[in-house]
Amino acid sequence: MLLGDEAIAQAAIDAGVSGVYAYPGTPSTEITEFVKNSKEAREGTIHASWAANEKTAMEAALGMSYAGKRAMVCMKHVGMNVAADAFVNSAITGANGGLIVVAADDPSMHSSQNEQDSRFYGKFAMIPILEPSNQQEAYDMVLYGFELSEKLATPVMLRITTRLAHSRSGVLRMPGRDQNSVKLPSNLKQFILLPAIARKQYKTLVSKQADFTAMSETGGFNKFTEGPDHSMGIITTGIAVNYLMENFPDRKVPFPVLKIGQYPLPKSLVEKIYSECDSLLLLEEGNPVVEEMLRGYLNHGKPIHGRLDGTISFDGELNPNIVAVALGQADTRGRNIPATVVGRPPSLCKGCPHIYSYNALNQALETWSKGRVFSDIGCYTLGALEPFNAINSCVDMGASITMAKGASDAGLNPAVAVIGDSTFIHSGITGLIDCVNDNSSVTVIILDNATTAMTGGQDSAATGKIENICQGVGVDPEHIITLNPSPKYHEENMAAIRKELDYKGVSVVIPRRECIQTATRNLKVARKEAKPQ
Amino acid sequence: MKRDIILAGVGGQGILSIAAAIGMAALDSGLYLKQAEVHGMSQRGGDVSSNLRIADHEIASDLIPYGQADLIISVEPMESLRYLPYLSADGWVITNIKPFINIGNYPEMDKLMADISSLKKHIALDADDIARNLGSARSANMVILGAAALFLEIPAEKLRDAIRKLFGRKGEDIVNLNLGAYDAGLNFATAQIS
Repeated sequence: MLLGDEAIAQAAIDAGVSGVYAYPGTPSTEITEFVKNSKEAREGTIHASWAANEKTAMEAALGMSYAGKRAMVCMKHVGMNVAADAFVNSAITGANGGLIVVAADDPSMHSSQNEQDSRFYGKFAMIPILEPSNQQEAYDMVLYGFELSEKLATPVMLRITTRLAHSRSGVLRMPGRDQNSVKLPSNLKQFILLPAIARKQYKTLVSKQADFTAMSETGGFNKFTEGPDHSMGIITTGIAVNYLMENFPDRKVPFPVLKIGQYPLPKSLVEKIYSECDSLLLLEEGNPVVEEMLRGYLNHGKPIHGRLDGTISFDGELNPNIVAVALGQADTRGRNIPATVVGRPPSLCKGCPHIYSYNALNQALETWSKGRVFSDIGCYTLGALEPFNAINSCVDMGASITMAKGASDAGLNPAVAVIGDSTFIHSGITGLIDCVNDNSSVTVIILDNATTAMTGGQDSAATGKIENICQGVGVDPEHIITLNPSPKYHEENMAAIRKELDYKGVSVVIPRRECIQTATRNLKVARKEAKPQ
Repeated sequence: MKRDIILAGVGGQGILSIAAAIGMAALDSGLYLKQAEVHGMSQRGGDVSSNLRIADHEIASDLIPYGQADLIISVEPMESLRYLPYLSADGWVITNIKPFINIGNYPEMDKLMADISSLKKHIALDADDIARNLGSARSANMVILGAAALFLEIPAEKLRDAIRKLFGRKGEDIVNLNLGAYDAGLNFATAQIS
């Protein structure tokens, strides 16, 4: 019984991966955690580590591929934005050792700020994409993906979504394979993207497209199933096929079905279902990527139904009911939720240090008008909710510092940034350098809880380094202060923050106390170890 | 045979321990299983649920369709009602009545209890209280599992085996406390429906 994420991790180990790189992000985190906890990683035969961000992770994986070994890099969909420069160019360099990029999308935004579909990135970079429909396929596709990557010397994207990542099912394993040994590319200029070389490499990538499509026809992950009623053909991508099958208890769909699991699209199979059916229904988990391709801008062909014509809502993840309604079946929704039931949004844990940081900040800001606090991605984003109402933005990793800078440049003073320790390492340092270079009037609050808390308490690359980093990039040491975010220091903390808000320059305030979750966990471990045997 | 189960609770209440026990017992009984979990932001005190699907044939969807759940098992009273659109017409609700109040606008208890009582098939018990009386306040989830056991269509011995495996590494005392909690829940439910 493995989570989809764990199936991917186990498959990478069994495929002889030598390095797994990632920055934690729901729903991708458990892949790297599983590899890190494996015997192979603990014994040091697999290098598995948290990187500073998705871009550095992508680049490390590319370096391992350059050296001839198999590498995997894992991230959530918005991490693809951070890694995009390295990712897109890795398609031009091509791979040497097998290279798989796992992008875990989050339709319905369970734990994310958008629901972008990573298949656009794969298509944009012009590389093959694999999209499993279940945990077993996730496992099989990693094994296949490494073979494909090495055979066609290309990075391969594995695109999954939350439901597959965080759902368990039985998975059959294959015998393990040894790791590759170091073997540099036969052409030592392959990875130098100087214009003269890049033009050649790009032509190579373009010429590989026919091979990629041929592999999609023969890879076995795209399947056409005949059905008697040709008034409609159904194309599913990824896990959508499960929701289709759920609506036919005998698993016999009366319409022809093309199940897509590998891209570029298998041209002959798409041609077959299009020409043999009067209309098409597209079931895609995510954006209407395939639907848009088949429909075309002018939509002059056969009727194509899906997310673009409103048969299915444009946004949100699929489920069996949405598919049932799209098929014209009855909605089986049971009793309504009683009016007594109210929403229960997530909240900061009892005793969380962020609570006391926000209490102090809110009071320190009381003398000014509201709307001055730019925040970031992490547990502390929950400061947006009652009773704190403490923040005014959450956009992308690192945006707190730079948005505060822009607002300050516009004349909003004081302007405050609130960012976590791990997010600061991920993408905050460069913004702080911009602030120092412009001597911007910003107060940067780095909430240091010594972990990456939201994703479950992974190590933070910031621990023990924050003051040195801030000084190193040029923040005046007199305006780098630390606080203890506990109720008994409230007055003192509030006064210290107010003093920095009054300062016309870059100041950094570091409320520092360990995350209550990891502190409790560490205490348990310590007690266990202290117990006499 | 199929059993579609929605496990409900609040992030941090540990509904996955119930899922793990049922899952283990189902696999031991040679059944197919799919289990969708909630990870990430909601785990911070938000409402969480898990879709657990058990069947003697291959299961297609990770998610239970509306109106098809045979059981809602909830460790918190308000959360037991949040998933009613998924419950089948003759489905059972097994719920703890000990509220977990971490929001300012938590409904009045008598209104919640009236909603729960209006469900045709339900078992409502104070699992925290029962567990505390057994001297193991932390076993409330196993009380709930016991109360649900009658409706799982999994042999009782397989469920007990699963509890033994689940808590085995914590020692014999903990195993027995949890088996006791399971029995207490089972006895409550048996008395309730007879």
